[in-house]
Amino acid sequence: MEIPYTVEARKDTGLYNAKVGIWLFLASEVMLFGALFSSYILLRVGAASGDWPAISLAWPHGLLNIPIGTFNTAVLISSSITVVMAWASLKMHDFGKFKLYMGLTLLCALGFVSIKTYEYHEKFTHYEVRLKDGKIMTGHIQGSPMFWDLKTLADKKITTLDFHPDAAKQAAKAGEAPAAKEHAKHAPIPVGEITYLSSFVPKHHTFFAIYFTLTALHALHVIGGALVMAFLWLPGAKMWKTDPERFTNRVETAGLFWHFVDLVWIFLFPVLYLL
Amino acid sequence: MSDNHSTADLKKHIRTYMLVFLALLVGTAITVGLYYVHFESVALTVSIAMFVASIKSFLVAGFFMHLISEKKAIYAMLLTTAVFFVSLMFLTIWAMHDYPVIKP
Repeated sequence: MEIPYTVEARKDTGLYNAKVGIWLFLASEVMLFGALFSSYILLRVGAASGDWPAISLAWPHGLLNIPIGTFNTAVLISSSITVVMAWASLKMHDFGKFKLYMGLTLLCALGFVSIKTYEYHEKFTHYEVRLKDGKIMTGHIQGSPMFWDLKTLADKKITTLDFHPDAAKQAAKAGEAPAAKEHAKHAPIPVGEITYLSSFVPKHHTFFAIYFTLTALHALHVIGGALVMAFLWLPGAKMWKTDPERFTNRVETAGLFWHFVDLVWIFLFPVLYLL
Repeated sequence: MSDNHSTADLKKHIRTYMLVFLALLVGTAITVGLYYVHFESVALTVSIAMFVASIKSFLVAGFFMHLISEKKAIYAMLLTTAVFFVSLMFLTIWAMHDYPVIKP
């Protein structure tokens, strides 16, 4: 049985069916991300006023790496232009250029996911420590282990935590005296003094919960889109020889999804990194 | 977008795509640049950031996704989506006023 309207437009919609399908899907995606944005707004306005981590229910600021986030935004924007150029190349019957632009798009997708993985790793190795005397510190544990908590310390029979507080970095940036920097650089903490230890994982704070939910869902979309485009780039490209118009339409629908992924990131970036 | 393109038409479109690409990069630079400018009002900061993001999303949807010259069926679909999305955001803003104030 032949699938109808893969190339020619239906009279009632004026569109081939896959295009109607992808737009319906994108409409549902708008509501999915819309619901999560709505959650973000409510969590944000519901946060306590003041500075985190001193006030644990306040909203943290400046925890995400802005230069890296900016670079990743540029990578995703670049992938949007390459995917539209891949489609335009097919429209101009230049299959070689299609292969080039689609390859570049996949490279950008790989770059985006790799950078996001690096950012996640940064968060999983970044800790908040609370001490019995009420002091709260953020920083890194020697060796940059991931996901440690008090139970990990007990299991590993660690008696002193080799901790590098963020205050050291801040002191260095502020140009404080070398002695002050040296003092802040390294802080061995007796485990008995620690009341709470957690890396920046979703359960640590509502900011991280919504950050990981939004960015992981977005990253899944990037990976899904990249898999479809990899198919169109390699085995699926055979269709160009047998049914070029249908293949061009497939690339267009995949491209529409990819642009939507870019569009979501355009809002995610300022909301999570800058505001 | 109309499904019949001449090569000349496409070349014109490609020029537009390149301009949109540059505008998106400039928009990103502006968004990041504004982060380092400290406005007194939080509402103003959020409004400017969302305004720049909206222009960027208009460029992506309008030109890369060809929404500025699409068929009526797609506009009808998106109008329905827009109604539900705006309703959702309206409910969110409405709910914000019922939020308990958390004191540290």
